[in-house]
Amino acid sequence: MITGNRTATRMWQVLGNAVLLAVVFLMIMPYVYMVSASFKPGDELYSIPVKIFPKSLYWGNYELLLGKTNFIRWFFNSVFIGVSRMILASAISLMAGYAFAKFDFRFKNALFIMLLATLTLPIYVLIVPLYSMMVAFGWTDHYIALILPLAAQAIGVFLSRQYLLSIPDEILDSARVDGAGEWGIFWRIIVPLSQPVIAVMAILFFTASWNDYIWPLVVLTKDQMYTVSLGLPTLVGPYDQQYGAVMAGSFLSAVPIMIIFLIMQRRFIEGITQGAVKG
Amino acid sequence: MQPQLDEAGQVGARKTAPDEVAPKRRWGGGRRSAVAPYLFVLPFFAIYCTFLLYPTFSALWLSFQKAVALDTPSFIGLDNYVRLVQDERYLHALRNTTVYALASVFILSPLALAVALAIRSFLVPSANLKSFYRISLFLPFITSLVVIALMFSLVFNKDFGLLNAFFHSVGLPELNWLRSERLAMVSIVLVGIWTYLGVNSLYFLAGLQNIPHELNEAAAIDGANRRKTFLHVTLPLLRPTILFVVIQATIFSYQLFEIPFLLTNGGPSDATLFLSPYLYEVGFSQFDRGYAAAIGYSMALISIFLTVIQLLLYRRFNR
Repeated sequence: MITGNRTATRMWQVLGNAVLLAVVFLMIMPYVYMVSASFKPGDELYSIPVKIFPKSLYWGNYELLLGKTNFIRWFFNSVFIGVSRMILASAISLMAGYAFAKFDFRFKNALFIMLLATLTLPIYVLIVPLYSMMVAFGWTDHYIALILPLAAQAIGVFLSRQYLLSIPDEILDSARVDGAGEWGIFWRIIVPLSQPVIAVMAILFFTASWNDYIWPLVVLTKDQMYTVSLGLPTLVGPYDQQYGAVMAGSFLSAVPIMIIFLIMQRRFIEGITQGAVKG
Repeated sequence: MQPQLDEAGQVGARKTAPDEVAPKRRWGGGRRSAVAPYLFVLPFFAIYCTFLLYPTFSALWLSFQKAVALDTPSFIGLDNYVRLVQDERYLHALRNTTVYALASVFILSPLALAVALAIRSFLVPSANLKSFYRISLFLPFITSLVVIALMFSLVFNKDFGLLNAFFHSVGLPELNWLRSERLAMVSIVLVGIWTYLGVNSLYFLAGLQNIPHELNEAAAIDGANRRKTFLHVTLPLLRPTILFVVIQATIFSYQLFEIPFLLTNGGPSDATLFLSPYLYEVGFSQFDRGYAAAIGYSMALISIFLTVIQLLLYRRFNR
């Protein structure tokens, strides 16, 4: 009976791992093909039968991408926009989350319910008037249009509030007794204690900004203002015969997020899955 | 969760004569009347109201107007909404998007649960292997949808794509994945599954980890086999997570833009026209702003409807 069970368990293990490995293989293959295509010259890329790995490392696609297109500029734009939006969004979310976690004030519940209600509001609802606002402000083709309007993300307030609820009130009260001002308490106590949730928000907001497509598509028209995500698909047109360069750019644009992810994967996954557990 | 006052005397005094009795020693005075919380929420809500609430209401007003390009808008009541239900292309986009959303619910979600169960349960013995699976499954979710679309336009390419190369090598016919009316939608669903399988199985994994091991052990001691334990212990306890995954998947399915826009550009002949690319076309190519706003509101209604269902069911589960 016991041995029979053990054999069955063993069999399930082997079967389960085989299925999982197959899934992982399917997940990884497109990346492998992308990287390998970026090292193939055109004639090899379009040759039949398709070979997964290149014959030799061909750097021409990268030379074309970095030398003949605005890719480097786009990359810089994406970094600048991503970092600015990350800092701004994390800061205002933490402040608001702190107020919701540790203070009582009028309209607190009403404001919170409003945030809840708009959590999954699609940007498509407001994109037309928001674009008109950008035109009216003269912000199209300016960095500010990509940094400021999308900085107020309700999810950041929820994450901050949830985290700060676990910080005991006594710490704050004893600081008050010692004569600390409210801003001093926030800056010297709350911010240092909030490092974990700040990290989660920073990752979420930077990734969201880096990968954003529709909003840059609407507010950016000048090639030199493009972000990486907006610029890459435009390479398909003029460099139709150079799919390798598009793949090189795709690969390079995916690298920063992957590095951040590998360094901070625990926080990353935590941030993404938190909503599911807490509800 | 209510903050305790630091001096016992203040608590008592507060009941009869709030604020006046306690001397205001701190910035902004006692907590109840402090301006501090308002200052802390101010930056967030200033941006939120200006760039989210205001355009949201402004879009509602716009959706009641005929506003094309630079013409002066005129009030037309519900005409834009009436137009929605008569617009063949809109209905087509709604149907396509719904097909995709249903695939997310009925194909993607069960697959994700299966993968999570496989990772979670006895099937994967080593912790390193578990985290290896976790990283590989998560990768698509952090890759931008633009890169995914570009990657798959190569994978699905009829002549030199990876998929057809594989089909060829095992003797299956090569298919025109992106340019055939029948297959284009299938391809988009496949890319959607590929992209979101990992993150959804991580949601399930997080939910499974919240179920105490003792419950499964207790069920096993009581003589329940694996299937019974799963059906009568795991599955009911996983209900909130299942609800979350299904609703989130549906909401985001209705908002999907990049993949149909970049992979097939809605084609061939609107076979993969989705709601959000249609809105983009109406609003930013045809400059029919009023009608685009109405399409946007129809999308918001879908998402609000789903969110309300989620909240109501949560309440029922949590009693």
